Amino acid sequence: MNLRQRFYLVEVLSGLALTAAHFFRNMGRHTARALGRSGARGAVTIQYPEERRPYSPRLRSLHRLVRREDGSPRCVACMMCETVCPAHCIYIVADEHPNPEIEKVPRRFDIDLGKCVFCGYCVEACPEDAIRMDTGILEFSSYSRGGMIYTKEMLLSLEPADAAGRPRSPIPLPADRRV
Amino acid sequence: MLIDLGIAFGRVAFVMLFVLNVAALLGWVERKQSAIMQDRIGANRASIFGVRALGLFHPLADTLKMLTKEDFRPARADRLLFELAPFVSVFFALVAFATIPFGDTLQVAGRVVPLQAVTLNVGILYVFAMLSLGVYGVMMAGWSSANNYALLGGQRAAALMISAEIAIGASIMGVVMIHGSLNLMEIVRGQGQLFWGWLPAWGILTQPLAFVLFVTAGIAATKRIPFDMPEGESEIIGYFVEYSGMKFGMFLMTDMVETIVLAGLSTSLFLGGWQVPYLVADGFRFPWGAVVALAPLVVTVLQVFAFIAKVAVVIFVLMLIRWTLPRFRYDQAMRLGWLGLFPLSIANIVLTGLVLIAWGNP
Repeated sequence: MNLRQRFYLVEVLSGLALTAAHFFRNMGRHTARALGRSGARGAVTIQYPEERRPYSPRLRSLHRLVRREDGSPRCVACMMCETVCPAHCIYIVADEHPNPEIEKVPRRFDIDLGKCVFCGYCVEACPEDAIRMDTGILEFSSYSRGGMIYTKEMLLSLEPADAAGRPRSPIPLPADRRV
Repeated sequence: MLIDLGIAFGRVAFVMLFVLNVAALLGWVERKQSAIMQDRIGANRASIFGVRALGLFHPLADTLKMLTKEDFRPARADRLLFELAPFVSVFFALVAFATIPFGDTLQVAGRVVPLQAVTLNVGILYVFAMLSLGVYGVMMAGWSSANNYALLGGQRAAALMISAEIAIGASIMGVVMIHGSLNLMEIVRGQGQLFWGWLPAWGILTQPLAFVLFVTAGIAATKRIPFDMPEGESEIIGYFVEYSGMKFGMFLMTDMVETIVLAGLSTSLFLGGWQVPYLVADGFRFPWGAVVALAPLVVTVLQVFAFIAKVAVVIFVLMLIRWTLPRFRYDQAMRLGWLGLFPLSIANIVLTGLVLIAWGNP
């Protein structure tokens, strides 16, 4: 360290000048924004639950099951996703499909989101493009482990996110939460 | 008799309410100022019926939380000292403000009332005595907790306090020599003089080195960053590890109150206290000859507001320092206190004495 740095006071003052400059710049921006004179933000913080940044379209969010035109699941219960899942969080019970053109249909299709690692392998593995992770929903919670298990009906009801990545389906409330 | 009692009560109540309310507000100021300095927004979620008021309810929420928390005492702690320590700590911080003048005199019911809680001829010594006694609360907390980390924290606080107090005492000697009094009211009155008819003789102009030394040592005495190794809240553990609930809150409050005392003291000693430039007892008398006559009550109100504004500015600067600088290591703080601040303040005393002799005014 040279003498100026060892003396410390000069360095302290330059540090104080930097933080004070930030303070007065941000304070000016906050004031101008409150008076409606300028749109510049005084802080980089985003007020999260009310304000959200747009998500990337590639973001892997809560799964959904894609529907056929008649509303039944596109899934044919081939077990590819259940096999590839590294977290063993998918549980499928297959059933006969009434239409002979289609081989099978899932009677149960449960995803335990408490175990899911959001790797997206199930989406990659699916030969029917029946499962996607494009709902844009990231907030799901529960007070119990059982509440983290999402059934076929819940997964079928979800919609894909809009162009800005905002979810179109309501964020699912925990089944065991009384509102 | 009753009027005298009422006046005495009013003086004490004003100072007490001022210090306590500003101390509560400082928690909010500290959060918001640090947030704005760091491009953040700061705590703003506490609300009453949906009104957030820029986070002003957070101090209230904090107090409620601390009052309702469990008041824990370790099984092997020294019961009396453990219960007493936070009260000792906050008591001496609160009474230290008593001799700091917040205005000149006020005519009430035919009496001339000096605007300070207590009129003492040794006002400065009283403030330092009270601030030094505050460290007993800290040491008691460290000792009585029956916790090695708390004990070490108390030791660090004591060592820091001693090295800071000596530098504080020595650095203000120059101011005392210039004004020839230990009475804070006299010192503030003395700063009302003008150099060459236009420059206010504030302590920061007559004693610039002492001002820097005093503020540095003063921050060390308040145990706040960059001298917070007694507590070191981010990683090392301090003297109040074992405290919880409102007793812990009282230690936090001590820091805030000491910050206010330090700001009030630097204002009185170096920034002209309640003096407004060119404002004398009957109004403004500007150096270019203009005169604005004001009623005595208006003058007093202006002085009190000037004092509060100066204290606010000093608190802003103290907060700025607290949120800018990293912490000193223990040995660095000791070296700064004993090898930096102390010799410099002695040199300042000698220099002031030589200048006073050369100018020929005692």
